[in-house]
Amino acid sequence: MSRKRPPKIAEGSDWTFEELDRADAEIGRVARAYGLDCYRHQLEIITAEQMMDAYAAIGMPVYYHHWSFGKHFLETENRYKRGQMGLAYEIVINSDPCIAYLMEENTMAMQALVIAHAAYGHNSFFKGNHLFKQWTSADAIIDYLVFARNYIADCEERHGVDVVEQLIDACHAVSSLGVDRYKRSPPLSLQKEKERQREREAYLQSQVNELWRTLPKHEAAAQSGEEARFPAEPEENLLYFVEKHAPLLEPWQREIIRIVRKIGQYFYPQRQTQVMNEGWATYWHHTLLNTLYDEGRLTDGFMFEFLQSHTNVVMQPPYNSNWYSGINPYALGFAMWQDLRRICEAPDDEDRAWFPEIAGSDWRETFDFAMRNFKDESFIAQFLSPRLMRQFRFFAVLDDDARAKLEVSAIHDDPGYRALRLKLSEQYNLGSHDPDIQVWNVDLRGDRSLTLRHFMHRRRDLAADYERVLEHLAYLWGFAVRLEQQDEKGEVTLLAERMHDRRRATEGSA
Amino acid sequence: MTVRIVDRRQDSRNKSSINRSRFIRRFKGQIRKAVADAIAKRGIRDLENGEKIGIPGKDINEPHFRHGRGGMRETVHPGNDRFAQGDQMERPSGGAGGQGKGQASNEGEGLDDFVFTLTRDEFLDIFFEELALPNLIKRQLARIDEYKRVRAGYTQSGVPTNINLVRTMRSAAGRRLAIGGPYRRRLRELQNELESLLDEANPDPDEITRLRHEIAVLRAKQEAVPFIDPFDLRYSNRVRIPQPSTQAVMFCLMDVSGSMDEATKQMAKRFFMLLYLFLNRNYEHIEVVFIRHHTVAEEVDEDTFFHSRETGGTIVSSALKLMVEIIQARYSSSLWNIYGAQASDGDNWDADSPACRELLSESILPVVQYFAYVEITEAVPQNLWREYEKLLATHAGVFAQQRIVAASDIYPVFRELFRKKLA
Repeated sequence: MSRKRPPKIAEGSDWTFEELDRADAEIGRVARAYGLDCYRHQLEIITAEQMMDAYAAIGMPVYYHHWSFGKHFLETENRYKRGQMGLAYEIVINSDPCIAYLMEENTMAMQALVIAHAAYGHNSFFKGNHLFKQWTSADAIIDYLVFARNYIADCEERHGVDVVEQLIDACHAVSSLGVDRYKRSPPLSLQKEKERQREREAYLQSQVNELWRTLPKHEAAAQSGEEARFPAEPEENLLYFVEKHAPLLEPWQREIIRIVRKIGQYFYPQRQTQVMNEGWATYWHHTLLNTLYDEGRLTDGFMFEFLQSHTNVVMQPPYNSNWYSGINPYALGFAMWQDLRRICEAPDDEDRAWFPEIAGSDWRETFDFAMRNFKDESFIAQFLSPRLMRQFRFFAVLDDDARAKLEVSAIHDDPGYRALRLKLSEQYNLGSHDPDIQVWNVDLRGDRSLTLRHFMHRRRDLAADYERVLEHLAYLWGFAVRLEQQDEKGEVTLLAERMHDRRRATEGSA
Repeated sequence: MTVRIVDRRQDSRNKSSINRSRFIRRFKGQIRKAVADAIAKRGIRDLENGEKIGIPGKDINEPHFRHGRGGMRETVHPGNDRFAQGDQMERPSGGAGGQGKGQASNEGEGLDDFVFTLTRDEFLDIFFEELALPNLIKRQLARIDEYKRVRAGYTQSGVPTNINLVRTMRSAAGRRLAIGGPYRRRLRELQNELESLLDEANPDPDEITRLRHEIAVLRAKQEAVPFIDPFDLRYSNRVRIPQPSTQAVMFCLMDVSGSMDEATKQMAKRFFMLLYLFLNRNYEHIEVVFIRHHTVAEEVDEDTFFHSRETGGTIVSSALKLMVEIIQARYSSSLWNIYGAQASDGDNWDADSPACRELLSESILPVVQYFAYVEITEAVPQNLWREYEKLLATHAGVFAQQRIVAASDIYPVFRELFRKKLA
């Protein structure tokens, strides 16, 4: 060989800062050659202990304090120390610059894998996917979290840890009903947040007072016909509704509700794009590192280690295995992106029949289109191919409590493909995953009670926790709270009612 | 373009410590109960470890609106190896493998205890809290001291092994210069004088002799300045931080007659533990002797001490006698610091109580550092208590007694003891 061989990167098992720098530069070069568009990023070296800290705070570098994060931490620590789980070797934060954590214990090969996976894979997804673009403000989240932590710490000092804790407990309990699914919230910014916070306090309070005016204006009109409901249209963002309309909350309490709501909203896209996002990052670390290997920049030893971790990550145990715990999003996502490229580059007749628009198209363009415009639900509905269904040997099981036995409703065969794909897509639809509970009415003229209504879908009921959730909600609302259930025939039953006993509560906190 | 790499390893490690303490604060009730159970299981010497705590899952679970098990649901699973469309099958009854497992995990059923480990400090904290110890004492007990000798400059007195040569020679040189200076100057003058006299054509021999004599005298004086003088000696100074270097023996005496129930014994155990903890801070080596008694006393191991039950009457003096015998046989008071701790429910055979007082005041109190008696009962004091009361006046500072209903009553028994050591 006459040409000089390019120097190897990421050789040996111990990493150094120089090696990381070189590996990042090389991976970045290949990523740019593939046209990945990323935020700037920053690598942070942390210890295993810090990784557990980060776990407890859902990966965020700054977070407010709450006992439930302590519980989470203890849980992780316990399982880690007993060797029941390894720590994920990466956490990446959807911020600009994107922050990727590297654990100190990792070998050089693992660090390179994490860099490719998180700093280029996830990063480009955060920047490109429409949900993240629309719902999160990557440049402002860290500032907002700092604001949130300081604000809550301040409240704890002023009003006592217990009161704040009870409030946050209550917010967490209803946080799954705290996201706007269809409206985009305005971008967050520390500066504006601070400025506006005081204005908002005063304004909100005056609005609330308006709502609870002592003198009803049109009593005569109300008595004629059906009484108008408030809100006029059912509201699905319960936390938002409480923040704006709960009669007795102090301004600082409204602000804390808002904080929990905003942060929940920030994480919402991640819940909606797990398969796509993990699959995308896995696909890209696989592709980037293989490309570097083909260029002769990586050693065989590196590839062995990398492939071993990679195959662990994308393993999908079958339904009857002891290790089975549902579909592995890494496995499904990785397989789908790989399959998508195959459909573009080497389509067969089946692909041409199923995917006429993309079969044989430029794979980079198709990838870009798919990454930007879909979420798990629609991504699967659009791109899951019969070949993959056969490969995974998917089958759907119908569990109807009115029938004695389970029934296999579709399998990976010709009559089943479409149904199976639809069912799998539905499985990733958060809208049907979480129960559909909406704010139905507030008894403005009577006892000020708040009524929620659960709209049943396929006769699915609520888990028994709802009573405890209602207690939390009654604490927020300050008056009676009712939960009704409307079945598919339109019949409404009262599930539970909770009254918040204010007198006892104030005695308790005194 | 190079990437920005930030090394965060030195940053605060315990970001979660606030969350952790919030957690402990919130579940204090459950944790305290778990700690009480743990104390029941532990040896009284085993206070240096953390503790694994289990909290019932239902207490710790955070509620959310979720779907229950009812209604229709459809789930897609991978790995079909036998099914065709329309196949019917029994519902799997949970457990290994099988479909539906994915749902079972988010049903919130079968919640296990939440298990985590309290650190030693957290464990002691809760232990102390129950005992209502003053803060100063809590700190003193929980502290882990590193005892060592620390350099503290130089002194002019000390033992020969500590002589600091460099400092000593330096001050010797300084002293020689200071004392020899005037002689040297005078000597130079005389020598110059002598030389100029010798250079003269006709020197005066008497004058020469006088000068030579004077020079000789000065030389002698100069040489008499000692090379080193006790005044020069410098010793490296080391300050000793008080070091627990002595040994102690602790006698645990307990009534195990039928009237002592399990709860009373657990209370007594806390009393012994606290004394042990105190001794552990102050002595390097501690031995514990367990003596139990009903009508006769015997020395037993810890497990038997706390866990076996006897029936029958009570003769307290039997235990005190045995204690005296053991002290004489094994723990001479010149070598050992002796501490006694006695727990009982107050029952004693009437005629025996004066004998107990006698034994204590004659044979035991003179040789022990401290003897504490607790009576774990709510009943009216009986004769043993009244006899012991008489000792309080004569042996203040060595003897203490207390009637105990709750664990927080234990500390006052030791108040005197702790105060003495703190002062």
